[in-house]
Amino acid sequence: MSIKQLTLGLSAILASSVALAAAPSVDEIVNRTNYTSYYQGQDGKAKVKMTITDSQNRTRNREFVVLRRDIPTTDAIENNAYEGDQKMYVYFNRPADVNKMVFMVLKKIKTDDDRWLYLPALDLVKRIAASDKRTSFVGSDFLYEDISGRNLQADTHTLIGTDANYYIVENKPVAADEVEFSRYVMYIHKTTFLPISTEYYNKQGEKYKTYTALAVETINGHPTITKSEAKNLKTGGSTLMEYSSVEYDVGIPDDIFSERNLRKPPRKLLR
Amino acid sequence: MLLSSITLAIVLISSNEITLAAPPPLPTGLEPESTGAPALPAGLSPDSAPSLPTGLATPKTDAPALPAGLSSPPPLPGGLAPNASPSLPAGLGSTPALPTGIEQTQSNPADVEEQDDTFNLFSGDEPFINVSGFWDIRGGVRTQNDPYQDQFSLGETRLQIGLQKDIGPVAINIVSDFLYDPIALNQHADLQTGNGWVDLREANIAFSPLSFMDIKFGRQILTWGTGDLIFINDLFPKDWQAFFIGRDLEYLKAPSDALKTSFFSDYGNLDFIYTPWFNADRSITGERLSYYNPMLDSLAGQNAIVESERPDAGEYALRLYKTIAGNELALYGYYGFWKSPFGFNPSTNKATYPKMRSLGASVRRPVWKGIANIEVGYYDSYEKGAGTNPFIPNSEARFLLGYEQEIVQNFSIGVQYYVEWMQDYNGYVSAQEQIGARVIRNEVRHTLTNRLTLMTHQQNVTWSLFTFFSPSDLDAYFRPSVSYKVTDAWLLETGGNFFVGKHEYSFFGQFVNNNNVYAAIRYSF
Repeated sequence: MSIKQLTLGLSAILASSVALAAAPSVDEIVNRTNYTSYYQGQDGKAKVKMTITDSQNRTRNREFVVLRRDIPTTDAIENNAYEGDQKMYVYFNRPADVNKMVFMVLKKIKTDDDRWLYLPALDLVKRIAASDKRTSFVGSDFLYEDISGRNLQADTHTLIGTDANYYIVENKPVAADEVEFSRYVMYIHKTTFLPISTEYYNKQGEKYKTYTALAVETINGHPTITKSEAKNLKTGGSTLMEYSSVEYDVGIPDDIFSERNLRKPPRKLLR
Repeated sequence: MLLSSITLAIVLISSNEITLAAPPPLPTGLEPESTGAPALPAGLSPDSAPSLPTGLATPKTDAPALPAGLSSPPPLPGGLAPNASPSLPAGLGSTPALPTGIEQTQSNPADVEEQDDTFNLFSGDEPFINVSGFWDIRGGVRTQNDPYQDQFSLGETRLQIGLQKDIGPVAINIVSDFLYDPIALNQHADLQTGNGWVDLREANIAFSPLSFMDIKFGRQILTWGTGDLIFINDLFPKDWQAFFIGRDLEYLKAPSDALKTSFFSDYGNLDFIYTPWFNADRSITGERLSYYNPMLDSLAGQNAIVESERPDAGEYALRLYKTIAGNELALYGYYGFWKSPFGFNPSTNKATYPKMRSLGASVRRPVWKGIANIEVGYYDSYEKGAGTNPFIPNSEARFLLGYEQEIVQNFSIGVQYYVEWMQDYNGYVSAQEQIGARVIRNEVRHTLTNRLTLMTHQQNVTWSLFTFFSPSDLDAYFRPSVSYKVTDAWLLETGGNFFVGKHEYSFFGQFVNNNNVYAAIRYSF
C-alpha cells in the first residue's frame, strides 16, 4: 500500500517535473498559435460569412470562399519549418455587387504580398499594390493582417501569465510607428494553442479592439476557430465571422492560384 | 520519511491538477491520446468546465502588488499556484471564457462531427440556376448649352439579369441588360451597337476540353493589357459614349462575339481570340455627344451624325504570357481594323475602319511600394494607300508607363504617362495639306493620367478622381465621382465628366460642350 503510494507519488513527481520542463517557451507558443491560426494542413478551404454591424446596428454581409495552399510541405513547428509563403484565393458570393469577384494573394514572409483582383464585369485582372496590412478587410472589423496573419518577427512576445486554460502572451510591435497599436495581449488556449481572445491597446494604453473566438471545432484533426468576433470598442462596431464547410488537405492544386482560374473560377472547389 | 513522501505525493497530486492540465510535451496532432475527446485532454475539463462558462476561470484576485506591464515570472512557479491566478498580471482581469466548441467537444464530441458534415452558411448554395443582377436608374445633364444636343446627357433605367449554370463540365453564362432610354435617338434594338431596349452583354459557354486548354465561345467581355483606362494592346471593343456620359464603368467594355481558346503550360500561356465579324468600338457619333467634325471644321452633333461602313471581315487577337518571379510578361498580336472609324471614304461620305494590325508587349511588377507597368504597341495601319491617302490614319507607336500605390490606408494614387507617336509624320502633313485640312495633329501626343481613390466610412463611401491631361494637345478630362453603399443592396452614386481644351479639335477639347453631371441609384441582387 505504502509502496504503491510512494510509487504513485514518485510518478507524480516525475510527471510534474516533465510537465514543468515541457512548459513551452514563448517562442514555441506564438509559433504554435501562428500555425493553428493560419497554417494547418497542406491546404484548406472554408466558406466564410461575415456579419458587419455598425454602431447603429445596421448590418452588412460578406460571403466568400477561401482556398489556401502552403508552399512549405511540412507542418513541423521546429525551426519554424511550417512557416512560409502561402497562396490564397478568395471568391466572393455576397454582397451582390461583388458577386464572382476574386481576390488572390501570394503571401510572402520576407517581402510584400502579391495581390490580384478579378473584376468579372470588366473581365479585368487587376494587380493591386500591397496595401497597408492594417487596413480593413472588405469593410469589416477584421484587418488584412487578421485574415492572412501577422509576421511573428514584427512583434516581440512575452509570456506574462498563465492560468488553467491559457498562456497569456503580450506582443509589442518592433516598429511602433508603423502600426496603430502599442501592444496586444493574446489568451492562447493551452492545449490547442488557439488564440481564444486578443485585446489590442492603443498608444494611450486604452483597450480599443478585441477578438474573441466563439466556437471551435476539430476538423480533420485540426482544432479550428469556426466563429469569432472582432469588436471595435471605439466605434461600437463589430464583425462576426463564421466558417462552414471547413476542410483541410483537400488537395488543392498549385495552379489554381493563377490568372487562368481568376477568369474561370474552379467551381468544384468553390462549392 | 515515508510519511512525508506520501504527503508530498498527495500534495503534488492534488495541486497537480493544474500542472497536468498543461499536457505533457505537446503531443503531435495536438490531441491527447488518453481520451476520446478530440480537442481537449481530460485534465482540462474537470478543472475548467464548472468555472468557465461565467468567465470565472480565474477569480479576479487583482493582486495589487503587480503594476501593469510588470509580469510575474512566466510559467507557474513551482507548479503549485492554487487558483492559477497569481501569475496573471495586474490589469488583465479575468481570462476569457472558452468558446463553445471547446466545451462542446468535452460534453459531446459527436455533435460537432455531425455539424461538420451538414453545416453550411450560404443560404442560396447551388440553386438550379444562379441569378444575379441589378436595377439601375441614372440621369445626367449638361452643365452648359450645346447647340447640337439635348440638355439631358443621360436618362435611363436598366435591369441587368445574369444567369449562370453549370451543366457537367460546361459553364453557361448569360448577362443581359433591358433598358428604357428615352434620350437615345435610335430606339431600334441592335445587339451589335447596343442600341435599343436590350443590350446583350454576355451569352457564352466555357469548358476545358483538355487539362491544359480552355474554350469560351459566344458573346463575352474581353480585357487584357496593363493600362488603367488606357488601352494599347487591348483591342476589344469599347463604348466611349457610355464612358463619357456617366454610365457605370463596366459599360466601357462593349461585348465581343468571339471564340477564345486558351492554352496553359509551364513554359507560358497562350490566348487566341477569333472574332468572326468585326466588333467596332461604340464610338462618338454625334448622336449624344458633340465632337469636332473636320469636314465642317467645327463642333457638331446631331446635325452631323457620323455614319460608318463596317468592314465585312473578322479579327484575330493573340496573347502569349507568363509570370516570372513576380514579373507579368506578355506579348500581344492583333490582326483586324482600327476600332474607331478613323478613316473616311470620300465616295460614300462615310467613316471607315481601315485595316490595322499590331504587335505589342507589356510587363507588370511590384516596384517599391506599388505596382508598375510598361506597355508598348506598334499599330501598323496597312490599308492600301496609308501614308499618302489623307483619309487613312498613319501607323503609330504607342507607349505607356504606369505606377500605382496606396499612400495611406484606403487612399491610393495611380499615375500614367502615355505616348502616341505617329509614324511617317511628314507624309501625313503633306497629305493633309493636299486636301487643305485646317487641323494638323502633333507628331507625338503625350498624355498624363492621375487616379485618386479614397475610401471612407468603413469602405462604404468611395471618392474618386481620374484625370487625363495632355501637355501636347493642351486639353484635359476630369472624372470625379462619389459612391455610397447605403446597404449591401443599395448604392448611390454621383459624378461628372468635364472637358477642357485650348483647341476645339483636340482629343478631349472637342468634347467641351459635353460637360455633364450625373446621379444614379442602383439595387443589386
